[in-house]
Amino acid sequence: MMRLKTSDGGWSPYLAGALVGLLAIASALATTFWMGKTSYLGASTTFVRGAGMVESVAAPERVAANAYFKKEKVKVDWQFMLVLGIFLGALISSKADGSFRLERVPPTWAEHFGPSVGKRALAAILGGAVAMFGARMADGCPSGHGLSGLMQLSVSAFIALALFFGVGVAVASLVYRRRA
Amino acid sequence: MSTEHILGLVTGVLLGVLLQKGRVLRFDKQVGAMLLKDMTILKFMLSAIVVGMIGIQILAAMGILTLGHKAMNLGAVLIGGALFGCGWAVMGFCPGTSVGALGEGRWHAVFAIIGMLLGAALYAELYPVLKTSVLAWKDFGKIGLPAALGIPTWVVVVLFCAVTAGVFTLFERKKI
Repeated sequence: MMRLKTSDGGWSPYLAGALVGLLAIASALATTFWMGKTSYLGASTTFVRGAGMVESVAAPERVAANAYFKKEKVKVDWQFMLVLGIFLGALISSKADGSFRLERVPPTWAEHFGPSVGKRALAAILGGAVAMFGARMADGCPSGHGLSGLMQLSVSAFIALALFFGVGVAVASLVYRRRA
Repeated sequence: MSTEHILGLVTGVLLGVLLQKGRVLRFDKQVGAMLLKDMTILKFMLSAIVVGMIGIQILAAMGILTLGHKAMNLGAVLIGGALFGCGWAVMGFCPGTSVGALGEGRWHAVFAIIGMLLGAALYAELYPVLKTSVLAWKDFGKIGLPAALGIPTWVVVVLFCAVTAGVFTLFERKKI
Protein backbone atom coordinates (compact mmCIF):
# COMPACT_ATOMS: atom_id res chain seq x y z
CA MET A 1 0.00 0.00 0.00
CA MET A 2 2.71 2.47 0.96
CA ARG A 3 5.00 3.53 -1.85
CA LEU A 4 8.42 4.85 -0.88
CA LYS A 5 8.61 7.11 -3.93
CA THR A 6 5.99 9.54 -5.15
CA SER A 7 5.08 10.13 -8.81
CA ASP A 8 7.11 13.37 -8.84
CA GLY A 9 10.31 11.59 -7.79
CA GLY A 10 10.08 12.60 -4.12
CA TRP A 11 9.99 10.34 -1.09
CA SER A 12 6.82 9.19 0.63
CA PRO A 13 5.77 12.02 3.00
CA TYR A 14 5.34 9.38 5.73
CA LEU A 15 8.96 8.28 5.32
CA ALA A 16 10.46 11.79 4.98
CA GLY A 17 8.33 12.97 7.92
CA ALA A 18 9.37 10.06 10.15
CA LEU A 19 13.02 10.86 9.38
CA VAL A 20 12.38 14.48 10.44
CA GLY A 21 11.03 13.05 13.72
CA LEU A 22 14.33 11.17 14.21
CA LEU A 23 16.26 14.32 13.30
CA ALA A 24 14.25 16.31 15.88
CA ILE A 25 15.19 13.79 18.59
CA ALA A 26 18.87 13.75 17.55
CA SER A 27 18.90 17.56 17.43
CA ALA A 28 17.36 17.90 20.91
CA LEU A 29 20.02 15.50 22.25
CA ALA A 30 22.90 17.17 20.38
CA THR A 31 21.97 20.68 21.58
CA THR A 32 21.59 19.38 25.15
CA PHE A 33 25.04 17.80 25.16
CA TRP A 34 27.01 20.29 23.09
CA MET A 35 25.29 23.58 23.91
CA GLY A 36 24.20 22.82 27.48
CA LYS A 37 20.57 23.69 26.76
CA THR A 38 17.92 21.69 24.90
CA SER A 39 16.92 23.55 21.73
CA TYR A 40 13.97 22.48 19.64
CA LEU A 41 13.45 23.03 15.90
CA GLY A 42 11.93 26.39 15.03
CA ALA A 43 12.21 29.12 12.40
CA SER A 44 10.21 32.29 13.05
CA THR A 45 12.46 33.95 15.68
CA THR A 46 15.14 34.04 12.99
CA PHE A 47 12.96 36.46 11.00
CA VAL A 48 12.97 38.82 14.01
CA ARG A 49 16.76 38.67 14.12
CA GLY A 50 16.93 39.07 10.33
CA ALA A 51 14.63 42.11 10.49
CA GLY A 52 16.80 43.56 13.26
CA MET A 53 19.94 43.09 11.16
CA VAL A 54 18.39 44.76 8.11
CA GLU A 55 17.01 47.62 10.21
CA SER A 56 20.42 48.07 11.89
CA VAL A 57 21.89 49.18 8.56
CA ALA A 58 19.60 52.21 8.47
CA ALA A 59 18.84 52.88 12.14
CA PRO A 60 21.12 50.99 14.56
CA GLU A 61 20.12 53.11 17.58
CA ARG A 62 16.43 52.33 16.94
CA VAL A 63 17.13 48.58 16.99
CA ALA A 64 19.31 48.89 20.11
CA ALA A 65 16.51 50.71 21.95
CA ASN A 66 13.69 48.33 20.93
CA ALA A 67 12.40 46.12 23.75
CA TYR A 68 11.51 43.18 21.46
CA PHE A 69 14.88 43.15 19.68
CA LYS A 70 16.52 43.29 23.12
CA LYS A 71 14.41 40.34 24.29
CA GLU A 72 15.14 38.16 21.23
CA LYS A 73 18.74 39.39 20.74
CA VAL A 74 19.76 40.35 17.19
CA LYS A 75 22.56 37.87 16.47
CA VAL A 76 23.41 34.83 14.37
CA ASP A 77 22.54 31.93 16.66
CA TRP A 78 21.81 28.19 16.38
CA GLN A 79 18.34 28.71 14.87
CA PHE A 80 19.62 31.31 12.38
CA MET A 81 22.14 28.76 11.08
CA LEU A 82 19.39 26.11 11.02
CA VAL A 83 17.27 28.31 8.74
CA LEU A 84 20.28 28.99 6.45
CA GLY A 85 20.85 25.23 6.45
CA ILE A 86 17.29 24.56 5.23
CA PHE A 87 18.03 26.78 2.21
CA LEU A 88 21.29 24.93 1.47
CA GLY A 89 19.80 21.46 2.05
CA ALA A 90 16.88 22.17 -0.30
CA LEU A 91 19.29 23.56 -2.93
CA ILE A 92 21.58 20.50 -2.76
CA SER A 93 18.70 18.02 -2.75
CA SER A 94 16.78 19.65 -5.63
CA LYS A 95 19.92 20.03 -7.76
CA ALA A 96 20.84 16.38 -7.08
CA ASP A 97 17.46 14.93 -8.12
CA GLY A 98 16.68 17.41 -10.90
CA SER A 99 13.62 18.94 -9.24
CA PHE A 100 15.23 22.41 -9.02
CA ARG A 101 13.08 24.84 -11.05
CA LEU A 102 13.30 28.59 -11.45
CA GLU A 103 9.69 29.57 -10.97
CA ARG A 104 8.20 33.06 -11.43
CA VAL A 105 4.77 32.40 -9.93
CA PRO A 106 3.48 29.25 -8.16
CA PRO A 107 1.39 27.12 -10.61
CA THR A 108 -1.68 27.01 -8.35
CA TRP A 109 -1.49 30.77 -7.87
CA ALA A 110 -1.33 31.32 -11.65
CA GLU A 111 -4.44 29.15 -12.15
CA HIS A 112 -6.39 31.50 -9.91
CA PHE A 113 -4.79 34.90 -10.36
CA GLY A 114 -2.83 34.72 -13.61
CA PRO A 115 0.91 34.94 -14.35
CA SER A 116 1.53 38.49 -13.03
CA VAL A 117 4.65 38.61 -10.84
CA GLY A 118 3.62 42.00 -9.41
CA LYS A 119 0.27 40.70 -8.19
CA ARG A 120 1.88 37.63 -6.64
CA ALA A 121 4.60 39.76 -5.02
CA LEU A 122 2.08 42.12 -3.44
CA ALA A 123 -0.04 39.25 -2.08
CA ALA A 124 2.98 37.34 -0.76
CA ILE A 125 4.39 40.43 0.97
CA LEU A 126 1.04 41.23 2.60
CA GLY A 127 0.35 37.59 3.51
CA GLY A 128 3.88 37.15 4.81
CA ALA A 129 3.66 40.26 6.99
CA VAL A 130 0.33 39.19 8.54
CA ALA A 131 1.53 35.61 9.06
CA MET A 132 4.78 36.62 10.73
CA PHE A 133 3.06 39.20 12.93
CA GLY A 134 0.74 36.39 14.06
CA ALA A 135 3.57 33.88 14.53
CA ARG A 136 5.49 36.31 16.74
CA MET A 137 2.38 37.04 18.79
CA ALA A 138 1.62 33.31 19.20
CA ASP A 139 5.36 32.76 19.88
CA GLY A 140 5.79 30.13 17.16
CA CYS A 141 5.12 28.92 13.64
CA PRO A 142 4.34 25.43 12.19
CA SER A 143 7.92 24.45 13.11
CA GLY A 144 8.13 25.75 16.68
CA HIS A 145 4.52 25.14 17.64
CA GLY A 146 3.51 22.54 15.06
CA LEU A 147 6.47 20.15 15.15
CA SER A 148 8.39 20.91 18.34
CA GLY A 149 5.43 21.96 20.50
CA LEU A 150 3.28 18.94 19.65
CA MET A 151 6.19 16.54 20.22
CA GLN A 152 6.47 18.05 23.71
CA LEU A 153 2.66 17.90 24.18
CA SER A 154 2.45 21.65 24.91
CA VAL A 155 -1.09 22.96 25.37
CA SER A 156 -0.20 26.16 23.45
CA ALA A 157 0.95 24.07 20.45
CA PHE A 158 -2.33 22.16 20.11
CA ILE A 159 -4.35 25.38 20.15
CA ALA A 160 -1.95 27.30 17.89
CA LEU A 161 -1.78 24.54 15.26
CA ALA A 162 -5.57 24.09 15.27
CA LEU A 163 -5.93 27.82 14.58
CA PHE A 164 -3.14 27.93 11.96
CA PHE A 165 -4.79 25.17 9.99
CA GLY A 166 -8.46 25.89 10.78
CA VAL A 167 -8.24 29.57 9.81
CA GLY A 168 -5.94 28.67 6.88
CA VAL A 169 -8.60 26.31 5.48
CA ALA A 170 -11.35 28.94 5.89
CA VAL A 171 -9.34 31.76 4.29
CA ALA A 172 -7.99 29.54 1.47
CA SER A 173 -11.53 28.48 0.51
CA LEU A 174 -12.41 32.17 0.05
CA VAL A 175 -9.15 33.34 -1.59
CA TYR A 176 -8.89 30.50 -4.13
CA ARG A 177 -12.55 30.42 -5.08
CA ARG A 178 -12.13 32.43 -8.29
CA ARG A 179 -10.22 31.28 -11.36
CA ALA A 180 -8.16 33.45 -13.67
CA MET B 1 31.99 29.31 13.55
CA SER B 2 31.32 27.97 17.02
CA THR B 3 29.93 24.54 17.92
CA GLU B 4 26.48 26.15 18.16
CA HIS B 5 26.71 27.46 14.58
CA ILE B 6 28.04 24.22 13.09
CA LEU B 7 25.35 22.20 14.89
CA GLY B 8 22.61 24.52 13.62
CA LEU B 9 23.92 24.44 10.06
CA VAL B 10 24.30 20.64 9.88
CA THR B 11 20.83 20.08 11.37
CA GLY B 12 19.39 22.65 8.98
CA VAL B 13 20.96 21.06 5.89
CA LEU B 14 19.58 17.64 6.86
CA LEU B 15 16.16 19.18 7.55
CA GLY B 16 16.27 21.01 4.21
CA VAL B 17 17.03 17.77 2.35
CA LEU B 18 14.15 15.95 4.07
CA LEU B 19 11.69 18.80 3.49
CA GLN B 20 12.71 18.88 -0.17
CA LYS B 21 12.51 15.10 -0.60
CA GLY B 22 9.10 15.10 1.10
CA ARG B 23 8.05 17.73 -1.50
CA VAL B 24 6.53 19.89 1.22
CA LEU B 25 8.34 23.11 0.30
CA ARG B 26 5.94 23.88 -2.53
CA PHE B 27 3.27 26.58 -2.48
CA ASP B 28 0.96 24.11 -4.26
CA LYS B 29 1.34 21.52 -1.48
CA GLN B 30 0.65 24.01 1.29
CA VAL B 31 -2.35 25.59 -0.39
CA GLY B 32 -3.44 22.11 -1.54
CA ALA B 33 -3.66 21.05 2.12
CA MET B 34 -5.65 24.16 3.05
CA LEU B 35 -8.05 23.41 0.18
CA LEU B 36 -8.28 19.82 1.55
CA LYS B 37 -7.14 18.42 -1.81
CA ASP B 38 -3.59 17.22 -1.11
CA MET B 39 -2.66 16.21 2.42
CA THR B 40 1.08 15.68 1.78
CA ILE B 41 2.14 18.28 4.35
CA LEU B 42 -0.14 16.83 7.03
CA LYS B 43 1.14 13.29 6.40
CA PHE B 44 4.68 14.65 6.65
CA MET B 45 4.08 16.73 9.79
CA LEU B 46 2.07 14.12 11.69
CA SER B 47 4.66 11.40 10.89
CA ALA B 48 7.41 13.67 12.21
CA ILE B 49 5.38 14.56 15.31
CA VAL B 50 4.52 10.94 16.20
CA VAL B 51 8.12 9.71 15.88
CA GLY B 52 9.55 12.79 17.60
CA MET B 53 6.94 12.70 20.36
CA ILE B 54 7.70 9.09 21.35
CA GLY B 55 11.45 9.77 21.48
CA ILE B 56 11.27 13.17 23.21
CA GLN B 57 8.77 11.99 25.84
CA ILE B 58 10.84 8.89 26.69
CA LEU B 59 14.06 10.97 26.94
CA ALA B 60 12.29 13.61 29.04
CA ALA B 61 10.88 10.93 31.39
CA MET B 62 14.43 9.57 31.78
CA GLY B 63 15.63 13.04 32.73
CA ILE B 64 17.98 13.30 29.74
CA LEU B 65 16.10 16.19 28.08
CA THR B 66 14.13 19.09 29.48
CA LEU B 67 10.86 20.07 27.84
CA GLY B 68 10.53 23.73 26.90
CA HIS B 69 6.82 24.46 26.59
CA LYS B 70 5.83 27.78 25.03
CA ALA B 71 3.49 29.77 27.27
CA MET B 72 -0.25 29.26 26.88
CA ASN B 73 -0.91 33.00 26.76
CA LEU B 74 -4.57 33.05 25.77
CA GLY B 75 -4.91 36.27 23.75
CA ALA B 76 -1.53 35.82 22.10
CA VAL B 77 -2.11 32.23 20.97
CA LEU B 78 -5.71 32.79 19.84
CA ILE B 79 -5.21 36.07 17.94
CA GLY B 80 -1.67 35.27 16.80
CA GLY B 81 -2.71 31.79 15.63
CA ALA B 82 -5.67 33.18 13.66
CA LEU B 83 -3.54 35.91 12.06
CA PHE B 84 -0.95 33.32 11.05
CA GLY B 85 -3.69 31.22 9.41
CA CYS B 86 -4.91 34.24 7.39
CA GLY B 87 -1.44 35.13 6.16
CA TRP B 88 -0.40 31.52 5.52
CA ALA B 89 -3.34 30.91 3.16
CA VAL B 90 -2.30 33.85 0.94
CA MET B 91 1.48 33.46 1.25
CA GLY B 92 1.42 29.67 0.76
CA PHE B 93 4.60 29.14 2.77
CA CYS B 94 5.46 29.00 6.44
CA PRO B 95 8.66 30.60 7.78
CA GLY B 96 10.75 27.42 7.58
CA THR B 97 9.54 26.31 4.16
CA SER B 98 9.92 29.74 2.54
CA VAL B 99 13.73 29.60 2.65
CA GLY B 100 13.63 25.97 1.47
CA ALA B 101 11.41 26.94 -1.47
CA LEU B 102 13.99 29.57 -2.42
CA GLY B 103 16.66 26.84 -2.33
CA GLU B 104 14.55 24.77 -4.75
CA GLY B 105 14.66 27.67 -7.22
CA ARG B 106 11.16 28.97 -6.49
CA TRP B 107 12.51 32.50 -6.34
CA HIS B 108 9.09 34.10 -5.87
CA ALA B 109 9.44 32.89 -2.24
CA VAL B 110 11.67 35.94 -1.80
CA PHE B 111 8.50 38.08 -1.68
CA ALA B 112 7.11 35.95 1.14
CA ILE B 113 10.44 36.32 2.99
CA ILE B 114 10.41 40.13 2.52
CA GLY B 115 6.82 40.21 3.82
CA MET B 116 7.77 38.14 6.87
CA LEU B 117 10.74 40.39 7.68
CA LEU B 118 8.38 43.38 7.50
CA GLY B 119 5.88 41.59 9.74
CA ALA B 120 8.61 40.85 12.30
CA ALA B 121 9.79 44.49 12.24
CA LEU B 122 6.21 45.70 12.70
CA TYR B 123 5.73 43.32 15.63
CA ALA B 124 8.90 44.67 17.26
CA GLU B 125 7.57 48.25 16.84
CA LEU B 126 4.20 47.41 18.41
CA TYR B 127 5.59 45.09 21.11
CA PRO B 128 5.45 47.68 23.95
CA VAL B 129 1.72 48.29 23.24
CA LEU B 130 0.93 44.57 22.85
CA LYS B 131 2.75 43.73 26.05
CA THR B 132 0.33 45.76 28.12
CA SER B 133 -2.77 44.72 26.13
CA VAL B 134 -3.19 41.39 24.25
CA LEU B 135 -0.19 39.73 25.91
CA ALA B 136 -1.42 40.75 29.40
CA TRP B 137 -4.94 39.28 29.21
CA LYS B 138 -4.52 35.80 30.64
CA ASP B 139 -1.40 33.65 30.76
CA PHE B 140 -1.83 30.01 31.79
CA GLY B 141 1.96 29.62 31.72
CA LYS B 142 4.18 26.91 30.23
CA ILE B 143 1.89 23.90 30.57
CA GLY B 144 1.80 20.46 28.98
CA LEU B 145 -1.35 18.58 28.01
CA PRO B 146 -0.85 15.65 30.46
CA ALA B 147 -0.62 18.05 33.44
CA ALA B 148 -3.52 20.18 32.18
CA LEU B 149 -5.80 17.13 31.78
CA GLY B 150 -4.44 15.18 34.75
CA ILE B 151 -3.72 12.15 32.51
CA PRO B 152 -0.39 10.24 32.42
CA THR B 153 1.89 11.25 29.55
CA TRP B 154 2.01 7.78 27.98
CA VAL B 155 -1.82 7.69 27.73
CA VAL B 156 -1.81 11.01 25.85
CA VAL B 157 0.94 9.71 23.52
CA VAL B 158 -0.99 6.48 22.78
CA LEU B 159 -4.20 8.46 22.13
CA PHE B 160 -2.34 10.85 19.81
CA CYS B 161 -0.86 7.93 17.85
CA ALA B 162 -4.29 6.27 17.56
CA VAL B 163 -5.94 9.46 16.27
CA THR B 164 -3.07 9.98 13.80
CA ALA B 165 -3.44 6.40 12.49
CA GLY B 166 -7.16 7.09 11.95
CA VAL B 167 -6.41 10.33 10.09
CA PHE B 168 -3.84 8.58 7.84
CA THR B 169 -6.36 5.83 7.04
CA LEU B 170 -8.89 8.48 6.06
CA PHE B 171 -6.37 10.30 3.81
CA GLU B 172 -5.44 7.05 2.03
CA ARG B 173 -9.05 6.00 1.60
CA LYS B 174 -9.99 9.37 0.10
CA LYS B 175 -6.72 9.47 -1.90
CA ILE B 176 -5.91 13.02 -0.81
